[in-house]
Parts: sequence; structure tokens; C-alpha cells
Amino acid sequence: MPSLNQLFGSELKVINLGLSGFKQALDDAHVPAVQVDWKPPIEVDGRLLAKVKALQPAIDAANATVTKVILSGMPYLVGLERAVEVVPGMKENMLLHAGPPITWQRMCGPMRGAVIGALLYEGKAQTPEEAQQLAASEAIEFSPCHEHAAVGPMAGVISASMPVFVLQNEGYGNYAYSTMNEGLGKVLRYGAYGEAVIQRLKWMENALYPVLKKAVAKLGKIDLKNLIAQALHMGDEVHNRNRAATSLFYRTIAPAVVRTCDASATVAEVLEFINQNDHFFLNLSMAASKATLDAARGVKRSSIVVVMARNGTDFGVQLSGTGDAWFTGPSDVPDALFFPGYSRADANPDIGDSAITETNGLGGFAIAAAPAIVQFVGGSSEDALRYTRQMYEITAAENNIYQIPGLNFRGTPTGIDVRKVIEKNILPFIDTGVAHKEPGVGQIGAGVLNAPVEPFKRAFEGFAKGLYKK
Amino acid sequence: MIIVGQIKKGAYFDSVTLMRVGKELAGLPGVADAAIVMGTKSNKAILHSSGLLISKFDEAGDTDLLLAVKARTQPAADTALASVDGLFTKATRKAGTDGETRPSSLAAALQVMPEANLAIVSVAGRYAGDVAWSALESGLHVMLFSDNVPLETEIALKKFARKRGLLVMGPDCGTAIINGVPLAFANVVNRGCIGIVAAAGTGLQEVSCLISNAGAGISQAIGTGGRDVKQEVGGIMFIEALKALAGDKQTRVILLVSKPPHPEVLRRIERVIKGIRKPIVTLFLGAETRKGGPSTLEEAALQAVALTRAQNPAEAASQLAVRNQYLNKLAKRAAAGRKPGQKYLRGLFSGGTFCAEAQVLFRAVLKNLFSNAPIRGVKPLHNSLVSQKNTVIDLGEDEFTVGRPHPMIDYSLRNRRILQEAEDPETAVILLDVVLGYGANPDPAAELSSVLRQAAAKVSVICSITGTDQDPQNRGRVAAALRKTGAAVMPSNAAACGLAGWIIQLLCPP
Repeated sequence: MPSLNQLFGSELKVINLGLSGFKQALDDAHVPAVQVDWKPPIEVDGRLLAKVKALQPAIDAANATVTKVILSGMPYLVGLERAVEVVPGMKENMLLHAGPPITWQRMCGPMRGAVIGALLYEGKAQTPEEAQQLAASEAIEFSPCHEHAAVGPMAGVISASMPVFVLQNEGYGNYAYSTMNEGLGKVLRYGAYGEAVIQRLKWMENALYPVLKKAVAKLGKIDLKNLIAQALHMGDEVHNRNRAATSLFYRTIAPAVVRTCDASATVAEVLEFINQNDHFFLNLSMAASKATLDAARGVKRSSIVVVMARNGTDFGVQLSGTGDAWFTGPSDVPDALFFPGYSRADANPDIGDSAITETNGLGGFAIAAAPAIVQFVGGSSEDALRYTRQMYEITAAENNIYQIPGLNFRGTPTGIDVRKVIEKNILPFIDTGVAHKEPGVGQIGAGVLNAPVEPFKRAFEGFAKGLYKK
Repeated sequence: MIIVGQIKKGAYFDSVTLMRVGKELAGLPGVADAAIVMGTKSNKAILHSSGLLISKFDEAGDTDLLLAVKARTQPAADTALASVDGLFTKATRKAGTDGETRPSSLAAALQVMPEANLAIVSVAGRYAGDVAWSALESGLHVMLFSDNVPLETEIALKKFARKRGLLVMGPDCGTAIINGVPLAFANVVNRGCIGIVAAAGTGLQEVSCLISNAGAGISQAIGTGGRDVKQEVGGIMFIEALKALAGDKQTRVILLVSKPPHPEVLRRIERVIKGIRKPIVTLFLGAETRKGGPSTLEEAALQAVALTRAQNPAEAASQLAVRNQYLNKLAKRAAAGRKPGQKYLRGLFSGGTFCAEAQVLFRAVLKNLFSNAPIRGVKPLHNSLVSQKNTVIDLGEDEFTVGRPHPMIDYSLRNRRILQEAEDPETAVILLDVVLGYGANPDPAAELSSVLRQAAAKVSVICSITGTDQDPQNRGRVAAALRKTGAAVMPSNAAACGLAGWIIQLLCPP
């Protein structure tokens, strides 16, 4: 047992919580001291806090189960198919979208643009006006990608005949789906629906899809976890930077494309398309994260986040232990660097399913692995290290495969625990692209943001209330 | 005037950073007033009373940051608001030195420093209890600087700590010296063999400095927070600390400083004292002085020093008698310089213990004594902002400190009051304390010189300095600078009060 006299006899070592001036004085006196960046906890009902605290051992055990599932996930790319043929629950008159559920009336500009584009692409409307009328009618059913084992970047719209990557999480057997990345500029995911956009989507359907399908079939499967782990060592965090991962994917797929496609012009087109798009891998890193996290859903009493997603209006969160419930709040505008000619006033609130990467210990959580893009987080690699370090405070585990060279190959912070988010008032850190708020303008910048507090507060409350239900 | 405001949702900065940035904001061109506070109910009330509350703040909650700017023109207001982020970046960059790990929780800090043995807690009062609690659960001793911690929390923390053999200094403990390390608002003093337990913050600073300046030193100086000796807390930590000093090899003499404890607590303390064989000097400021016991902080310090030298503690009294003869002469000279009609004393204290000690000394010799923090036998001041006859003010009381830094840090309020009192034709003496050390204003001489010079041209200015030459401000240098203004600089609060009292008695014989 410690005693006061024991304190008198030993060297003073101090933890300072609060005014940093006191730490300064200790530094001057050469007394070892650590300053805590203390913040008040997020305010939630004290009775709910007590409920959660009372069940701490059970929750910890449930979370250990969940993190084990996440860490042992083995996502492979196993094929490509049309959405309607493989995506569970997909229908002819259905459009999947990013983020939590939303009606046409509440959709932001880029999401509406993508819906219009998808209806034109499907031939369900001939003009944008017709498409709008159709979207506003009851004839089209909207549903979140996440409720169909799928993910989509930005607007994330997936329609019935669009080709999708098919991923399987080996060991757990579950599948995940995502579209192929269209590249930059005027693209559907940013809400563009002009003729060139539809034409590109058609080319992807008629040329890219069959070629890649055959190539993947030739390879059998592609180990995406291994590829992502390598990319982290090469300066990607596979959300805002996918250059290394795209290159690795290209090296893997190119020989198979050449071997399985006879038309050399098409081979060239396909390989050039992938080669010219640094973000081609993004949709795969998202789907790999989705496949990994979906296996961890539905563990009773687990407070681990399995979905963070935005639809450009709302930010939604799902926990392993709260079933299919969405906890939502308004989505914020990212703090971004804007392309010339654009400013914060042009920016749409945060949008897309890509925050699934952060949920899986990648993206903003692994920003320390990506020094090339630290301009987005304050300019120095020290800033990036700080962001990643901070995320360890709200996660349940360190990744066994995804590592950060700059942190001595420490595993990335993985498995957000909503209890820690509330207690420490540290919100998940997301690095992301920024869409123009008008449909079709495209990406206008890239930047970072902390997830908004509201959805996490509601998730904690929903979690606590559900703890005692049978 | 235009008032504009902004809510930053979920933004959090410590109160000192808020005040520093708020001050810089208020100093921008065209800005008349500004405030940056967390959106709590009490802070909204402060904004309301300073005319800075705007309707959009209604929606803000406790964890939102409110920025309010009152400016002469719209562009000035907008520019000021726009500059806030930059000011925050500047203010916080300094704190976080490059490359340093800054954990966000106690648990994370313990990973960085698993062998830590003390936590200093200065977070907002309503969270401080929880933070202190987790520190104790992790086996750390706690210095709880925060105030506004509920009494029940204090009792629970201290009972738990006692069971675990841990120390809880505070809540509202401003100062301590553990193993020679000055904590929070403390001075750089010699190490030595006098151990102090104090339930009076500035009292602890004063006695430790006087001991050090007299050539002796401190083994440990433990603050308990003022409430510890009240009936409800029952002196838990005062007694635990006393016992620890009794068992500490470095400590040969023990000095206890407090306002009068509750009689029950006093009995408990006395029982413990009886079982201790080391010499103990006790000062319960305001209680009746025991035979041979000290009556001031200064006398208590000097008695402790005498005991370390195996001298009779009564030596202290004779030493002080000699010094007081000299002060008497000074008083005569000062009184002769006063104009007819100048007859009252105005004491402006930044240290609460000094204000109490002043009252103890003056209530015996001055009539018509008023204070905003009166002790028994002193009249309550009608309005803290307006002095009546002989007045002593504690500027550390809530009415002066809510929403602004402590007067030991921010001199602006007292400086204004000094000039105001000097204008009063009935003021003969302005008396003030200057507290040095860590945490206190880094350059008091610069803050005070011009104000004291103006005041000393009209009235007698007397100030005491609490500090040492090793303090960052350097006592000797501060004293020399203040003397140049025409003020009389005294080595202790007791000496300053003595001089002031004699001047008033000469001008206004009883």
C-alpha cells in the first residue's frame, strides 16, 4: 500500500490534468511530468452511464469477440457481377445510396444528381427532368448500400445493372460489394449526370467489367488485406491516398488482363483507365473494410462501431450490439484545402460510405502512414502522427496486419468503442474528399474532419438503453 | 456598439487559454469588450451581466464554446471574430512542444509514465471530482487545484484516500511543495527541515518564503484546501499530513497554518499533536493566541526557524520588536507627509489569507473596519466596489474572479482600484500584497510601477512581497523596482500591516 511517507522518499513524477502552465513549472524544475490534453466528456444521461459502467465486464468481453472477428477478417476479391444478380435485396426499381436512410426530399445536391444520372443510365428516364419526377414519385425505392452488404464512395449510388466487385471474407463466408471507381472530374459519385458521364458508365459496363471479370476469374482471387498492408508501408492510408494500392492492384491484374483479353485495343483502354486513376483502389479498400466489419455485426452487448457513413445530409453510425439501428445527426462540412476557385461556401456536407475505412482502422486512423498527404491535416508529419495516436484512445485494439512504419510498425488503431468516444470526448477522425454542393461540379477539395458528436451520443444512449433488453 | 457572437460546437480549451485569447481579442482595434467562455448556465449569466449575451447562444450547451465581441463597427467585430482561430492556434501551439506525446486521458498518460505518483488536477470543478477519483483509483496522490467541487465529493475522496494511504490536497488547493518541487502557485524555497501543513494557500506561501528568506528551509509543504478543517470534512487530510510529517525523517519542526478549525476538528488535531514528539508551531489565524504562540504568519515562520536552531521560540518576538521600532519611525515620517483629511486605510489583497491576517491585526487597533470577507469583529462592506472608512478587500473573492484570472495573475482590476482609492481625499494609506512564484504574474514590477508611482504621489503606499530571490520574478529585483515608485516595501504582510496601522493611528488617534 502506498503511503505519504513513501511519497516523500521517492522521486516526484507528475501527471498534469488541466492548466498546462503547471507543467511548464515542472519542466523548469526538471521534474518528469506528462501533460494530459483533457477535455470534458460528452454529456449524456448519468443513469445511462451508470448502466454501461455496471455491465463493463460483459461489454468488454463482447468487444473482445468483435475485435477478434475484425482482426481475423480476410477480404478477397473473388469476382465481378451485375448488382441485381448478387447484391442481396437488390431490385430493378431500387437505387442504393451512401449513408443512412434518406428520402429524395432530404437528399443533398450531389446525391440528387447521382440519382438522376443512375436513372438516365438505366434508361428509366430520358431527360433529367423526367428523372427528377420519377425520383420524387413512389416508383423508385431508395435504400442504403450498407443495408445490402455494399458500400459506395460519395453519393454511392448503385443501380440494378451496374457491375460490382464481389468480395468474400474468408473464414466468415460473408460477401461485400462495391462499384468500380470512375476516376476524377465529372463523375456520377459527385452528382454529375451529363452525357459523357453516362457514356463512361456504359463503357465501364461493356468493356471494363467483362475484361476485369475474366482477369479476376483467371487469378481466382486477390488477397486485398495483404495488398492494403503493403500499401500502408508505401505511403497510402487507402482513403484519401490510394496511389500505392492502385499500383499494386495494377501489377496484380495486368498480366491476367493481357492473358484473358484478345482485343489489344481494349486491353490498352482498360489498363490505361486503371493506371490513370489514383483512386481506382478506393472502392476495393472500402469493400474490403465492409466485408471485414459485416462479419462483426450483431454481437450482443458490443459497443464497437461497425458502420460510419454519410449521405451528405446526415451522418449515421451503427454498432455491433445494436442490430440494424441507425444513429444519426447532421453531417458537417469538412475542414479542407480547396482546389483553385472554390471555397468552403461551395462545399457539400461530408458525404459517402468511405468512412468505412476509418471504421476498419484505415483512412484517417492510419493517416500517420501517409506523409504525402499531410497537407490536409496541418502540414507536418508530426500532425499526422498526432491524429493517429489520438485514435488509439478511442479504439479497442491495434491491428495485427495493418501497420504504421512511422510508429515503429505499430498496428493501426482499430475498432471504435463508442464508450471511449463519449468518455474522452474524442471523435473519430476522417480524411475525405469534398464534393461541390451543386450536382455535377465534382470534387472541389480534400480535407479532414472529426465525426459529429450527435450520432455518437445517440448511439451511446441507444446502446445503454438496449443493454437490459432480452 | 455592435455585438456579434459565434458558437463553436464541442470546442474545448482550458480556462487560462480562454482568458488569454479573450484578452487578446478584447485588445484588437475597434473592440470594446470580448469574452470566450464555455456555454454553461453560469457563463451565460456572466455574458448577460456584461451585456455580451446574444439570443443565438440560447441553443448552445455546456460543451460548446461561445465567442462574443462588442465592437464599435461591424467590420471591426467581424475582423475580431475571424481572428479567433488564429489566436487559439498561437496560444495552444506554445503549450504543445514539438514531438511530445499528449495523451488525452489519465489512462493514456499512465501508459506513458507508469511510475507516476502524483496527479495535479485543475479541470473545471464539476468534472474535477471524477478525474481525482480515477487518479486515486490508479494509486496516485492528488493535488486538486480546482474549486467548486461539491463538499460530499471532497469528503468521499478524502475518506477513500485515507484508506489507501494517499494524499488529497484540495479542492481549491493553490499551492504545495512536495520533495522540494513547487506545485501550482508555489515559490522556489530552500530545502530544509521544517514541514508545513496549511489549510490556507497564501498563508503557506508566506511562511515558506519567510522561512527560506531567514536562511532555513522546507522539507514538505502540504496544502489541504480551506474546507478540510471544517466540521463536515473533519480535518481528514490535515491530520493525515500532520502524521506523515511526524514520521518523516527530513522533518524536524512542524508548522501548522490555518484559519480557526471547527472546535471538534481542533480537538482532534490537538489529540494528534499530543502524541508527536517533534516541536510544533501552530497558527490558527484569528483564533485567540495561546501563551507563547505566534500571532502572525511572520512570527510563526520565525518561531519555526528558531526551533530548528535550538533557540527559544520567544526569540522571534524580540527580533520582531526591534524591527517594529524601526517601522514606528517610518510611520511617523509617513504620517507627517499626509494632508489634513487623509485618515483611512485601504487594503487591496490578492491573497485571501493576507486579507484575513490584516483584519486580525487591524481589528484590535482600528475603529470602523470593513471588509468584503469579514472575520469576526469586522463589519461587512456594503458594496465590494466602494470602500467605507477603513476597508480591506479580498480581490480573490468570487465577485471579482468569476470569468477572469485570479488577481495574482491579472493585475488590471486591482490597478484600477488603486488609482481610484488614491483619488479619495480621505485615503491615507494604500496597502497591498505582491505574490511571486510559479503561476503568479511573471512581471509584477512592470504591471505595478506606473500605478504605484501615481498613487504614491498622493497617499502612502505600502506593499509586502511574498517570494524569494530564486523565484522566477526574483524578489530582490521586484522590491528594488517597487521602491523606486515611492512605495514602502515590506518583507511580510504582518510588517506591511503593522506600518499601515501605525500611520492610521497617528493620523486618527483613538
